[in-house]
Amino acid sequence: MRQKIAPYLLILPGGLWLLCFLVVPLVFMASVSTQEGDVVNGFVQTFHLANFGNALGEYKTQFLRSAGYGLAGTALTILLAYPVAYWIAFKAGARKSTYLLLVLLPFFVSFVLRTVSWKFLLADDGILLQPLKDVGLLPADFHVLQTTVAVIGGLTYNYLPFMVLPIYVALERVDPRVVEAAQDLYATRRDSFLRIVLPLSLPGVFAGVLMTFVPMTADYVNASILGGPANTMIGNIIQTEYLVNNDYPAGAALSFILMAAMLIGIFAYAKALGTENVLEAAAR
Amino acid sequence: MTDIQAGKEAAAPAASDISPVPAIELDGVVKEYHAHGEVVQAVKGVSLSIAEGEFFSMLGPSGCGKTTTMRMIAGFEDPSRGTVRLHGQDVTNVPPNRRDVNMVFQSYALFPHMNVWENVAFGLRRKRVPEAEIKRRVGEMLEIVDLTGRENRRPRQMSGGQQQRVALARALVNNPRALLLDEPLGALDLKLRQAMQMELKRIQREVGITFVYVTHDQNEALTMSDRIAVMNDGLVEQLAGPREIYERPATTFVAGFIGTSNLLSGTAAQVSGGTAVIRVGDGERVLVPVGDRTREGGQVEVTVRPEKIRISHEQPDADVSAVRGVVSEVVYLGTYNSYAVNLASGAEFTVFEQNARDSSITAERGESVWLSWQPQHSYAIGSRTTS
Repeated sequence: MRQKIAPYLLILPGGLWLLCFLVVPLVFMASVSTQEGDVVNGFVQTFHLANFGNALGEYKTQFLRSAGYGLAGTALTILLAYPVAYWIAFKAGARKSTYLLLVLLPFFVSFVLRTVSWKFLLADDGILLQPLKDVGLLPADFHVLQTTVAVIGGLTYNYLPFMVLPIYVALERVDPRVVEAAQDLYATRRDSFLRIVLPLSLPGVFAGVLMTFVPMTADYVNASILGGPANTMIGNIIQTEYLVNNDYPAGAALSFILMAAMLIGIFAYAKALGTENVLEAAAR
Repeated sequence: MTDIQAGKEAAAPAASDISPVPAIELDGVVKEYHAHGEVVQAVKGVSLSIAEGEFFSMLGPSGCGKTTTMRMIAGFEDPSRGTVRLHGQDVTNVPPNRRDVNMVFQSYALFPHMNVWENVAFGLRRKRVPEAEIKRRVGEMLEIVDLTGRENRRPRQMSGGQQQRVALARALVNNPRALLLDEPLGALDLKLRQAMQMELKRIQREVGITFVYVTHDQNEALTMSDRIAVMNDGLVEQLAGPREIYERPATTFVAGFIGTSNLLSGTAAQVSGGTAVIRVGDGERVLVPVGDRTREGGQVEVTVRPEKIRISHEQPDADVSAVRGVVSEVVYLGTYNSYAVNLASGAEFTVFEQNARDSSITAERGESVWLSWQPQHSYAIGSRTTS
C-alpha cells in the first residue's frame, strides 16, 4: 500500500506548485481572453471570441516579425555555438570545465543588465562606433541601435549559451572510436564530420533550437532596449496591452495565439526532423 | 614504346620472382607520450614482419604496448621513431583513411545512426565503388557472416555476437590487404567467444587476408594464430609459433604468461653434451638441455609444464629429472587432477594428471611424493636451447 502511494507523494509538491502557478493562471487567462469591458467598469465574461480575430488582425506584422527574429536569431546561434561546442568537446582537453564555466558566466549577471550594457556598446558615440567614425571608416550618422541588426544581435547574444550547452553534451557523447572507424573506412576528415559527427550531434542541435527559438520569439526585453518603433515584437505588444492599455482580454488573446502558434511550430519541426531518428540517436 | 614503359615491364616480373614482400613490416618502432613533463614509452622498439595471409597475434597483458603497436599499423598513432611498411611501401606518415588496412575495434565502434547495410557499405561508398558492385559485395559479405535478412537493423537492436559480425563484415567487405582486430571477442561470453574463434579462423581461410590479432587471452592466441608475438612492457619477448611459445618459452615472462608453468632455479653442477645437471637436494637431480653459453657453476632457471610431470610414491629411474615434495592441495578438475606440490627447495610446482584410465587420485594432501619428467620436456630459460 505504502509503495503505491510513495511515487505520488514525490510529485505532490511540484504538482501542486504547477497547479497553483501554471494551470490556474492559464485557465484564468483563457477565461479573460473571451471577456469584454474595461479596467474601470470591470470585465465581463461574454465568450467574445472576436478578441482573437481582432488581436491577430491588428498585430499580424508583429507576429510575423517575432517569428522572423526568432528564426534569424536561432540560425545565428547555431552558426556561432556549433564551432564553440565542437572546440570545447574535442580540442579543449583538460580545460573543458573552465571553458564551459566561461560560457555560463554571463548568467551571473541579470538578463536586463546584460542587454543594457549592449546598449552602451552599440551607442552612436559609444566605444565601438565612435573610434571607427573618428578614423572615417564609418559615416558620422551611422547607427546600430534601433535597428533589426541590434535586436537580432542582442537576442543571439543572450541565448547563445542555451545552444552551446546541448550541442556540447551531444558532441561529448560521440564515441571517438566511431570517428576513428570512419577514418579507417577511407572517410576524409570532411566525410567523417558530415556523415558521423554531425548526424550524431543533431539531437543536441534539436534541443538547442527548442531552448532558443521559443524564448527568442516571445522576448520583449531586447526589442524594447535595443530596438526602435519599427522593431516591436509581439512580446512588447502583450506587455503594452497588459500594463499600459490595461486591455487584459486583448493581451490574453495575444498570449494564447502565440502559445498555440509555437506549439504547432514545434510539433511540425519535430515531425519534419524525424523525432524517431533524433530520439534513437539520443537514446544511444 | 617509351623508356619508362620498358622499365616498368622489366621491373614487374622481377619483383614477383624474389621472395614475397611481407604484408606488414615494423622497423624499430617507438611510441613515446609526453605526460606531466615526463616521457613515457608505450612501445620501446618493435621490429617484426608479418607475412601475406598469416594469422598473426600480438599477445600480452594490458599496458604491454600491443594495442598501441596495432594503432600505429592502422595509422591512428604516429610512431615517435621507426618505420611502418605495408607491402614494402613506407606508410609511416600516411593517414588511416589512405592505408589499405581495416580494423575491427574492441567495442565494435559501429555507426549507431546507420543500419547494418549502411554500416557495411560505408567503406565502399567512400571509395566510390559503383552502387551495383556495392550491392553485390555487401550482400555476399553479409552472407559470409550469416547476417542476411538483418540489413535494416540498427546496431542497438542486435546482440553482442551479431554486432561483432557486423564489425567484421564492415572491415572485410573492403577486401583490405590486412585486417587488424583489437581484442574483438573481449566483450563476448565464453561460449560465444569460442564459437567466434572458430568462425574467425574459417573466415580467414576463406578470404585469405592477413589477420593481425591483438589479445590478452593466451588460449585465444594459441588456438588461432600461425605466429604469436608475446609482448611485455613495450617490447616483444618472443616471436614464434604457438607450439614453440608454449613448449619453449624464451623468457621467464613468457613462461609465466603462457599457461601454467613451473620454475626452478639452481646452479649447474656439471655441463656436458648440451645437458646441464642441476643439483637440488639429496637424491634429487634435474637434467636440462642447455646452450653453449651455460658454464659450470652458472645460475640456471628451468621451466617445465605441469602436464609433463609424473607424480609417484616410488623413487623414479635415474635417467629422468626427479625432485621431492609434499602435496599441499589436490583439485579434481574433471578431465584431470591438479596437484600443488611444495618442493623441498621451496618452489611450488603445479602438476596435472590426466584421468585417462581411472579417476583415482595418486596422492593425498600432506603426502610426500616424487615428481619426475623427461629432461627434453624442460627448458633452461635465458640461454636459448636447441634440441
